[in-house]
Amino acid sequence: MREITYTEAAREALTEQMAVDPSIFVVGEGIGERGGNFNTTLGLYEKYGPMRLRDTPIVERGFVGMCAGAAMTGTRPVVDFMFIDFILDSMGELLNQISKIQYMSSGRIKMPIVLRGCIGIGGAAATHHSGSYYPLFVHIPGFRVALPSTPYDAKGLLKTALTGDDPVLFLEHKLLLNRRGPVPEEEYKLPFGQAAVAREGSDATVVALAVMAPKALAVCDELAKEGLDIEVIDPRTLAPLDMGTILESVRKTGRLLIADETFGPCGIGAEISAQVMEESFDDLDAPIARLNGAHTPTPYSPSLESAIIPDNVAIAKAIRDLVAE
Amino acid sequence: MSSDDITLNSQQLLPLYRMMALIRRTEEQLARSHQMGLVPGPCHTYVGEEAIAAGVCAKLRDDDVVFSTHRGHGHALAKGVSPRAVAAELFGKATGCSQGRGGSMHLFAPEIGLMGTSGIVGPSILQGAGAGYSFKLLGSDQVSVAFFGDGAVSNGAFHEGLNLAAIWDLPVIFVCEDNMYATEVPFREATRVQDVAERASVSYDMAAVCVDGNDVLAVRQASEAAVARARAGEGPSLIECKTYRTRPHAEGMRDGGYRTDEEMAAWKRRDPIASYGAWLLENGHASEGGLEAIEAEVNATVDEAIEFARSSPFPDPATASDFIFSAGV
Ligand SMILES: Cc1ncc(C[n+]2csc(CCOP(=O)(O)OP(=O)(O)O)c2C)c(N)n1
Ligand SMILES: [Mg+2]
Repeated sequence: MREITYTEAAREALTEQMAVDPSIFVVGEGIGERGGNFNTTLGLYEKYGPMRLRDTPIVERGFVGMCAGAAMTGTRPVVDFMFIDFILDSMGELLNQISKIQYMSSGRIKMPIVLRGCIGIGGAAATHHSGSYYPLFVHIPGFRVALPSTPYDAKGLLKTALTGDDPVLFLEHKLLLNRRGPVPEEEYKLPFGQAAVAREGSDATVVALAVMAPKALAVCDELAKEGLDIEVIDPRTLAPLDMGTILESVRKTGRLLIADETFGPCGIGAEISAQVMEESFDDLDAPIARLNGAHTPTPYSPSLESAIIPDNVAIAKAIRDLVAE
Repeated sequence: MSSDDITLNSQQLLPLYRMMALIRRTEEQLARSHQMGLVPGPCHTYVGEEAIAAGVCAKLRDDDVVFSTHRGHGHALAKGVSPRAVAAELFGKATGCSQGRGGSMHLFAPEIGLMGTSGIVGPSILQGAGAGYSFKLLGSDQVSVAFFGDGAVSNGAFHEGLNLAAIWDLPVIFVCEDNMYATEVPFREATRVQDVAERASVSYDMAAVCVDGNDVLAVRQASEAAVARARAGEGPSLIECKTYRTRPHAEGMRDGGYRTDEEMAAWKRRDPIASYGAWLLENGHASEGGLEAIEAEVNATVDEAIEFARSSPFPDPATASDFIFSAGV
């Protein structure tokens, strides 16, 4: 199969859908002729023109609120925030409006809007350009949250986002953007709420989010040489969250680690852990473990930045500790 | 140069030249350091816009405060942060003005009124207004300055901040650095009213002027009037400065496609430092040797600062989570 980058795969999903659905338009800063700070829309302006690739002033609250109105009246806006940190200026529109309007209109109004942006720590981007924030959106009823870690997943999930009728957060970790992987040329979509078993194993289960997925896979390949047989699950979407696949794996392994670069408190690991205990306590052979980035604004200096994110050594240690419990 | 200010003498004139040269040299060295991989994160330089920070801050006291942007090295230097502390911060070193936590877009030196540069567009305007509120409440005669780009003036923060400062007569100076582009988006495509001073005066009834942002004396004069107004309790002002950045939006970014070589060349001919230098010479305020001596001193200072940054230690990883909360409970 041909291999393309994560960014190319997501862009392919967007351009293919824009070709078949004239109601899709993209707004954001520098997403027109420039093609996006992260090349998310490179070449699309030439194809689809300024009405559908709309460069905006720096008005996040403004264009998010405007896109809510557009989504309610027959179009499909894609809001490209570049860095997801900039979404925070529009929180009122998102949490009070976009997430609630389908519900408040008893389902008569749809809210087909895609909110995309780059997340994650890396490259000394410092604290205004390193956020992830997905637990906030998972907490709120009314958002779908997609967190692909491979080019294949990025394309398939974005297609689903662009053809569904719900608000979708589509979050791309900066360190994944240039990773290559197999992506079929044929049309496909990936349903939300279907985790990937990225690696099968029997000694322990690691649920790994976003950039943690490739990291955990690399670590587990190393640990295999020590005779440790670890299963790695990438949930791919956090809302909905495929607990079935996670529970099934825990039933087999009896041990669970959740690896997530972003903050621990009230996070995805806490949620998965609570659900596993509620559903499957008797299957556990050891306390559930979490591995998170430090609960700290992201520092700039490389010496500090690397200290707050779990690296491969930390992942390996967490797995060894879990298996030794 | 537009100096009708007859009282200016070389004691006031030459520091303006020195500050602009200091900013320029620091930026050039930081850009070079970025290319060499010594500045690990993003780096937005102020090259071409030096007259604004130098002119505005020349009229500020140490206890006046400045709220800045992602393009804030010049504001920091003009407010009095040392080139050492700025360079070390960009190098990610413990000796930087934010102890390595911040980098280019998070420079802090509150001891001398630099209340922060910002990676987010907009907050400087609102926080600037808030500082004005403090000063008014506390009965002090300090003033607050908010710098922001043309990119910020369509943002709600601009309209909300200006309106609040105006209705409550806050001692705030809003300084718009209109360099014609927000990243690559031309200002003319971001608004139908590019006259920012008019927006302030017509919409918010605020004292507002538009000046040549490459003319340090014009900026200084506008700052003088705005500071006097603020200190006298007469409310906020806006200074719109027309300028141009002659380097890419950020180091390492492409710079073609959205602006022409002719436009760039025309603005380079209006370089704020060269034109001020020429004015100083023509009017007998400085000799060639005098200006060269200033440049030599500045270059030595900056080169030493870069060396300081390079040889400083990285912060101790164990301190990564320090300062999230105030000490004590
Ligand atoms: C709220 C927010 N949205 C988007 C960005 C990304 N961004 C950084 S700088 C910039 C352009 C700013 O333009 P302007 O205000 O004119 O300042 P200049 O860079 O020209 O000095 C943008 C869009 C941001 N930092 N904050
Ligand atoms: Mg600008």
